[in-house]
Amino acid sequence: MGMTMSEKILAKHAGLETVKAGDLIEANLDMVLGNDITTPVAIDVTKNMKKDGVFDKDKIALVMDHFVPNKDIKSAEHCKYVREYAKENNITNFFDVGEMGIEHALLPEKGLVVAGNLVIGADSHTCTYGALGAFSTGVGSTDMAAGMKTGKAWFKVPSAIKFVLKGKPAPFISGKDIILHIIGEIGVDGALYQSMEFTGDGIAYLSMDDRFTISNMAIEAGGKNGIFPVDEKTIEYMKEHSTKEYEVFEADPDAEYTRTIEIDLSTLRPTVSFPHLPSNTKTVDEAGDVEIDQVVIGSCTNGRISDMKIAADILKGHKVKKGLRVIVIPATQAVYLEAMEKGYLKTFIEAGAVVSTPTCGPCLGGYMGILASKERCVSTTNRNFVGRMGATDSEIYLASPAVAAASAITGKITDPATI
Amino acid sequence: MESAKGKVYKYGDNVDTDVIIPARYLNSSDPAELATHCMEDIDKDFVKKVQKGDIIVARKNFGCGSSREHAPIAIKASGVSCVIAETFARIFYRNSINIGLPIIECKEASEEIADGDEVEVDFESGLIEDLTTGKSYEGQSFPPFMQKLIDAGGLVNYINEEH
Ligand code: SF4
Repeated sequence: MGMTMSEKILAKHAGLETVKAGDLIEANLDMVLGNDITTPVAIDVTKNMKKDGVFDKDKIALVMDHFVPNKDIKSAEHCKYVREYAKENNITNFFDVGEMGIEHALLPEKGLVVAGNLVIGADSHTCTYGALGAFSTGVGSTDMAAGMKTGKAWFKVPSAIKFVLKGKPAPFISGKDIILHIIGEIGVDGALYQSMEFTGDGIAYLSMDDRFTISNMAIEAGGKNGIFPVDEKTIEYMKEHSTKEYEVFEADPDAEYTRTIEIDLSTLRPTVSFPHLPSNTKTVDEAGDVEIDQVVIGSCTNGRISDMKIAADILKGHKVKKGLRVIVIPATQAVYLEAMEKGYLKTFIEAGAVVSTPTCGPCLGGYMGILASKERCVSTTNRNFVGRMGATDSEIYLASPAVAAASAITGKITDPATI
Repeated sequence: MESAKGKVYKYGDNVDTDVIIPARYLNSSDPAELATHCMEDIDKDFVKKVQKGDIIVARKNFGCGSSREHAPIAIKASGVSCVIAETFARIFYRNSINIGLPIIECKEASEEIADGDEVEVDFESGLIEDLTTGKSYEGQSFPPFMQKLIDAGGLVNYINEEH
């Protein structure tokens, strides 16, 4: 029996010839990630471990992104705690204000993850790096602590679902629309404990940013990881961003999948997740008149340069609807700078939006755009759970940057093609 | 801990980590403080009512969402002795085992046990007994590797024993 891409990467890192779904393995890690919320808990856990120091100071990435620049004293103390730990252990990849970005946009951009890597991160959206042909998955702080100490983690080898993406995406169809459509089809636990493997001729049309968005939201279908094959675009991206050696793994033709789902990208419509689950999807055509109070464009899902570009292209020459608050958050310093150089930030500000320094901020209801009772927000983030962005009776509508920008102009959920 | 006995708090599908412990409280990592906000956005009175040993029963995909270990930590620190669900989200499942919060998957128990029932769980056999209705259920026992982690008292002790 052949192996899937995920199985091959796991086997290689476990030093095994083959693995199959259900096997429990211990595997060597190429990168262990944590942020300002999960790392303090992990550091506390390491204090109960006998082993000294860390397994490899170059293979740990600590990114201060959720509540920075710090929103209050407690968050400031957390960052200080991590900063001191990073210094003590000479952690090479510690990213603080001024260098940081939202972790899942930052790590690929800094070239810290490449194809064939095995990565764990104490953040559920660590699955993002599957876009590069790596196996990456979210874990908790105890796993992170063990990973930092030993360079290893235990895994149950996941079974896999194959998603065949076919054809050329219709106009305004981005990675976000594709993944929201998929989650709408299979549900928030449709890929529970499973690997989501993407294939098909449609992938060639997807930019790396689109693929990052799709892999990013694998967890929103319950998936353990969401992985793409490596093609010229992947290799070009890695050459531009990394000096690390990569390894290309391909699924065997006879690899086993629990099911295969085909999606014709040419027939998709811009898609929106209604409150309060990412699977509660409607197309813009079915959305009806949903009046909104706020728009957020940013996050590890859609805060990359192509997201800034499409939003700026749509907003150019327009004004944000009176009474609406529009918050744009480039995901990293590099995205921020490029968006500035290309004039996107100017477009946003002229339209009446605000532009923030990179931060997770409102995505998890931290700060920088919290919703009051009954308020509605169109957001390019990845979760619309109850209370995620503020009051428990506020509402989040997940959408692509194109839909978000179009909605910013009209004040209600809008098809970008109509602008 | 070999068994648990307590009153049931019953919830539905997809109880996510944002309602188990809202992100606005994640500027703390102190278990006792986290426990004071446990389940706040889905059940405001939970922390007032919950007694040591009580049991949470929910339906599908319990603990979906973020990887925050603060979620199982808050549940454990609130006194809950066990969570029973039809399925758990995978990171929550992993975190619970790693920190030593007993969790059991059982479809029938998750469907039939009602809010307020008195329930007893035997972790070794996976047997779940609803003392209120007199019905019993067979929960899924852990694969041997996970049982080893649990027996060691979580991942930290397991690693300490190995190294
Ligand atoms: S942007 Fe949102 S989803 Fe992404 S890492 Fe930050 S809080 Fe998590």
